[in-house]
Order: sequence, then structure tokens, then C-alpha cells
Amino acid sequence: MDLSVHLIINGKDYDDIPDGLTVAGLITHLELPTRKIAIERNMAVVPKSSYADIQLENQDKLEIIHFIGGG
Amino acid sequence: MSQKPTSSDTLVVAGREFNSRLIIGTGKYKDYAENAAALEASGADMVTVAVRRVNISDPHQPMLADFIDPEKTTYLPNTAGCFTGEDAVRTLRLAREAGGWDLVKLEVLSDPKHLYPDMEETLRAAELLLKDGFEVMVYCSDDPVFARKLEDMGCAAIMPLGAPIGSGLGIQNPVNIRLIVEQTKVPVIVDAGVGTASDATVAMELGCDGVLMNTAIASAKDPVQMARAMKHAVIAGREAYLAGRMPRKMYADPSSPLAGLI
Repeated sequence: MDLSVHLIINGKDYDDIPDGLTVAGLITHLELPTRKIAIERNMAVVPKSSYADIQLENQDKLEIIHFIGGG
Repeated sequence: MSQKPTSSDTLVVAGREFNSRLIIGTGKYKDYAENAAALEASGADMVTVAVRRVNISDPHQPMLADFIDPEKTTYLPNTAGCFTGEDAVRTLRLAREAGGWDLVKLEVLSDPKHLYPDMEETLRAAELLLKDGFEVMVYCSDDPVFARKLEDMGCAAIMPLGAPIGSGLGIQNPVNIRLIVEQTKVPVIVDAGVGTASDATVAMELGCDGVLMNTAIASAKDPVQMARAMKHAVIAGREAYLAGRMPRKMYADPSSPLAGLI
């Protein structure tokens, strides 16, 4: 069996994420609300329209953000 | 003829029209429910929000958008916590993708002790954001020279501080705020420093187009009641500004006529 995909999400290492996920697949796996978040992959914003097309690769660095209270 | 702040006296920023001249923050509240109640009481139709990482281990935590509907209230994403132009651009690009909004609040802070804006970095960040197509409402020092530079670059609103963020000290330099108001064609919004209702009124009486506040409401003993007070304070200050105050006099001037005394 190959090594599973190793992702860095919000600064933390994850090696228990299933292989071969797209961005959309990851969102489903993590049970995140697509409408309220935005994702950056390796310093570039991932447009919502391409979530289903972008395949995550080993060592991808992801930032997943949402809006919280602020001044 | 006096101008009346009717429904036509709206705040227009970057071509977008807002009924209220009060913008409130969404930080420091006990919870999002209290925040939503304060928003309702304030009558504001724009709130500032921060961009932060989702808690991946607990994705079902309550989210701001569950309490304050971004379809009804304009979210103004800020760059709080950013110390460089690059950080600010990165944060707001994500905000734009999350919400689809290009109207943003730029703030590049410096020393945590006073949270004054780093104006050199603010100018640089503003340039990067404007190039990237954002409409930039910019938190800045109350320096008319910097305010002019930001306006000339194309910022959508100039937002000088009244006093340090979260200090509640009120408008510390009314002379500068008035100078900025006089010279600026885009909206001038006092951002930070308001402590109580009269401070907001003072800002509006100086001719500001709006007031942005967070702590004054969120840290009041009763935030919802204070939110309502701020709504009235902003309207009072605006109306007083439009009405044009009487001249100050050095001596008394009786209101009842002296003629016809018995």
C-alpha cells in the first residue's frame, strides 16, 4: 500500500485523510459548510467553482478560513 | 432650507448605499446571539468581520453567518492581525472568495500597546489591494497628510481613529478629524476610540459620514441598550451637523425679549 496523502491543514499535519481526494472531497470528509468557507492551497486561493476539479497532492499546504467576530 | 436626514440621507461607499451611518464590529460579544441582538438594536447594515482558520476538529461550532445573515447585512472583512501588506492581501483574497465581496477594511497595525496603524505599510497594502480590484475602506491615523494620500490612491473611505482601538477615550483630536472631513471627497468614518454615545455624536457633528465602533457596544454593561443609544447618537450628530449649529458667543443672550417688561 502507498503512503497515504499527507496534508498540512491550518498549520497542522494530517496523515489520516483518505487518498485521492479533490478539494470538494476533503470538504465533505471534514464535514465543513462549503458556503461559509474559503480555501487557500499552497498560497493560492482555490475558486469555489474548481473545488470538484482540484486533486489534492501529497504535502499540500491548505488554509481553510471563515468569518468570525472582529472589529 | 435645512437638509433633513430622510431616507435619502444615506451613506454611500464605493457606489453602495447604506441606510445607517453606524457600522458595528462583531468582536468581544458574549456570544453571537447577543451580537445579533445588538446589531438589530443599532440599526446598522454593515458589520466588520475577521478572517480566521476554521476549527477543523470541531466543524459544527456556531458560525457568525448562522446569526448575522450576510445576505441582509453587509460583511466588511478586516485585516486585523496583519502586519504587512502581503498578509493583508492574502487574507482579503480569501475573504473575497468566501463571501464574494470586494468591499474591505484595511488595517495594518503596529505596536499592540496602542494599535496605531503602521501608515507606511498601510499605504503599501492599500496600493496592492487597489491593484487587485478591491474597494478599500482604510483605518488610518488622524493625519490629514496620510488621509489625502490614501484618498488620492483611490481608497473608498478614509477611516481615521478617534482614539486608540478599544480605549473608549472619545475623539482626541477633533481639529484633525475636521481637517480630514473638509479635504476629503470620499466618506470619512471615525473608526475606533468611541466610548459612549456622546463621542459618536461629536464625530458626526464634526461632519464625519459615519462611525465604526465595536468595544463601546460589546463591552457596555448592556450591549443591546448601548447599541440603541449609538443609533440615536449617530442620527443626532448627523442632524445637528446638517442643521448647522449656532455661533458660539462669549456672553449671555436672553431667549425671552426684554421689551414689554412689566
